[in-house]
Amino acid sequence: MFKSQTIPEFLANIDRVKCIKCKRCIQNCGWGVYSWGGDKVLIDTNKCVKCLRCYHYCPEEAIQILDNPVKFKQNNNWGFYNIRNLKKQAETGGIPLTGMGSDLPYPILFDHLLLDACQVTNPSIDPLREPMELRTYLGKKPSKLEFKRGKDGKLELKTKMPPQIKLSAPFMFSPMSFGSISLNAQKVLAMAAKECGITMNTGEGGLHKDIYPYRDNIIVQVASGRFGVNPDYLNAGVAVEIKIGQGAKPGIGGHLPGEKIPLQVASTRMIPVGTDALSPAPQHDIYSIEDLRQLIYAIKEATGYKPVSVKIATVHNVAAIVSGIVRAGADIVYLDGFRGGTGAAPSVIRDHLGIPIEHALAAVDDRLRQEGIRNEASIVAAGGIRSSADAAKAIALGADAVSLGTAALIAMGCTICGKCYTGNCSWGITSQRPELTVRLDPEVYAERLINLIRGWEHELKEILGALGVNAVESLRGSRERLRGVGLDAQTLDILGVKPAGR
Amino acid sequence: MDHNFQKDISGCGLSGIISKKRKRLGGEHIKNSLCLMNDRGNGLGAGFAAYGIYPEFEDLFAFHVMYDYPESRMEVEEYLKDNYKIEKIEEIPTSPVEAITISPLMVRYFAKPAKDRLAGDITEDDFVVRTVMKVNSEIEGAYIFSSGRNMGVFKGVGNPRDIADFFKLEEYEGHIWTGHTRFPTNTPGWWGGAHPFTLLDWSIVHNGEISSYGINKRYLEMFGYKLTLLTDTEVAAYLLDLLIRKHGLDTATACTVLAAPFWKDIDEDGGKTGEALTALRMTYGSALLNGPFSLLFGHSNGLVGINDRIKLRPLVVATKDDLVYMSSEESAIREICPKPDKCWAPRAGEPVIVELEG
Repeated sequence: MFKSQTIPEFLANIDRVKCIKCKRCIQNCGWGVYSWGGDKVLIDTNKCVKCLRCYHYCPEEAIQILDNPVKFKQNNNWGFYNIRNLKKQAETGGIPLTGMGSDLPYPILFDHLLLDACQVTNPSIDPLREPMELRTYLGKKPSKLEFKRGKDGKLELKTKMPPQIKLSAPFMFSPMSFGSISLNAQKVLAMAAKECGITMNTGEGGLHKDIYPYRDNIIVQVASGRFGVNPDYLNAGVAVEIKIGQGAKPGIGGHLPGEKIPLQVASTRMIPVGTDALSPAPQHDIYSIEDLRQLIYAIKEATGYKPVSVKIATVHNVAAIVSGIVRAGADIVYLDGFRGGTGAAPSVIRDHLGIPIEHALAAVDDRLRQEGIRNEASIVAAGGIRSSADAAKAIALGADAVSLGTAALIAMGCTICGKCYTGNCSWGITSQRPELTVRLDPEVYAERLINLIRGWEHELKEILGALGVNAVESLRGSRERLRGVGLDAQTLDILGVKPAGR
Repeated sequence: MDHNFQKDISGCGLSGIISKKRKRLGGEHIKNSLCLMNDRGNGLGAGFAAYGIYPEFEDLFAFHVMYDYPESRMEVEEYLKDNYKIEKIEEIPTSPVEAITISPLMVRYFAKPAKDRLAGDITEDDFVVRTVMKVNSEIEGAYIFSSGRNMGVFKGVGNPRDIADFFKLEEYEGHIWTGHTRFPTNTPGWWGGAHPFTLLDWSIVHNGEISSYGINKRYLEMFGYKLTLLTDTEVAAYLLDLLIRKHGLDTATACTVLAAPFWKDIDEDGGKTGEALTALRMTYGSALLNGPFSLLFGHSNGLVGINDRIKLRPLVVATKDDLVYMSSEESAIREICPKPDKCWAPRAGEPVIVELEG
């Protein structure tokens, strides 16, 4: 019999003295690591992905999940990751898939940027005692406004403002479709978005009827598969997003395996149960910028001119592409960086295509300013936003708002085991198996996500206060308040940031 | 060495006077007011803007230009002669002052753009703005620090008394005056960095630090403004030029951009005013001046005083007959107007707008 030459990454261990044989580990593991052997829990460690569900739910703290000490021989060129993937591929002839954003050790520029702070001459502002404003409006802004004075001398606007999305803070939840994540996970996002005055995004899976009540906090997405797209859907949110690309998989389509398509997902996506939902790499009605323009305006016509966002993966000539997208009529450009998450992507694509959000954001903001069209569209930055500090730095580089995908999932329990595409998520987040999805109580987990956003709001206010400003628009694009540490001159030039000490 | 000295930490001082009936006042008033606030500066910069001082050339742009090198002067004059009809060129009269040992050469030109240079829909004002940007960013060692009609700026490195005496300020008469004593902290004390900052007839004196400078600067650059004077205050002059002259906002509305009301107040306003204020913040968020400031801006039709929206710097206003005084300190007003009719401190972000009559 053919025996796999791959080595298990993790070892699940049970302390047999502590174990009370309650079988909760068997119940909780979505991967089938544990089974009952008549008198004790048996372990198939090959199946373990280190999602840590068993660890958290073991009442006796009897479980340990260890990194497997058995490794291939140390080799600085052929790392464990390379050898394992290669062997897997030799055994299957397929494309190794993965979930979540790239975990390869590319430099993270956010970690090489530091924010400024006030000292003597410009006083810092205490957000506990002074107003600190995070409100953000996304959408096209006119380059100038016309007013008149009413009979009472009060200001009246003559210019007609384009439609806007109002956010209480410059945060959004990233597109994650029903199918790639569970309905309960989408409910968590919707409830938290409503409570926090921000938005969630349907992703490309349509909109389940249970989420419609949250329409004031929803952005609906139209992707290449057109899953679940109908007139009601298009009008169900505050804006429509055309997805061209995704940071984790630039240039390729989407793939939701049939195992993750039970009845509810199928009916929401308007496809048969159990069929693979394959989104084509391109949208077949968009082969040029003119085609994109037509779709943008078709959607505007269909929705009474709601804001239209265009989401792209960041690639080498992203600045020129965005200039075209803005000129094609997009109100918002959603930039999804190289480290962006995914439910399923070929590892080779995820790890080797695209560019990081920091570079892309700086280049795009510069280009739009050089062309005098920065006010024509808002910029959303995504793909690697891990903390409020990352958010603040992205805003200083030029983003109007940042979008949280993985960060929001972590708040729901995700441990980034990277196996979303299997549908076995023990936390019920990226699974469609009812016995797993039921674990994610929307009320309970929405509270956690709300806490996260509230925490980031507080932190962002503290950062603004330290910078001596009391409105987030004074940080937006204010690269003067950033300094680079350990970055080369060319990178600093691209970022438009001075080195520390200057 | 004495280690027990007291470090003098202060702030900038500013003062302004306007006669609504256009009565012309000599430069000694503003000088005396500023001299009272000597401790608000540290001798590294002072300056004055005066309106109505060149009635014989009131239709011409008065360029006050500072030169570091004779070559810079030749280059600028060549450019001006190619593009302007020049009525008069003269060195700005100065008087030796002991404290000022080194100064750049300062020359003023009374001129108007040559007709054949005003192609298309370029106005005279646009043309002058381009000239200022070009000279200040492209000609080394030359800085146009004043470019309005019937007004002029006199500034340099020194304390207010030295600078006033150096420029013989008492020999000028104007109906609006502003002045500034500087305590530079984040940029060097140099002649171009002294206040007021000007463009056309907009002149700004400022106490504070504009913490939003980075985005204000990048916003202005989209509209062709080049920021060359190494000081955050420069953005205020250009923003006012953009908002009022280029975008047509009235003065009060422009002030609402610079010191925007808080969202909670806008929301409470509701109705048409709320809608207008919301649109203003959405559209002009990058022009919000954030950080501590009190500033005075003079222009050919009046004088405006404004604080930041949480009032992190002082500003006092007083009136006496048709005269309005604005200053960092009440004492600086009482020094030259001992018994004002009314004296008050404006609220945060609430501009005091004074316009000339007639």
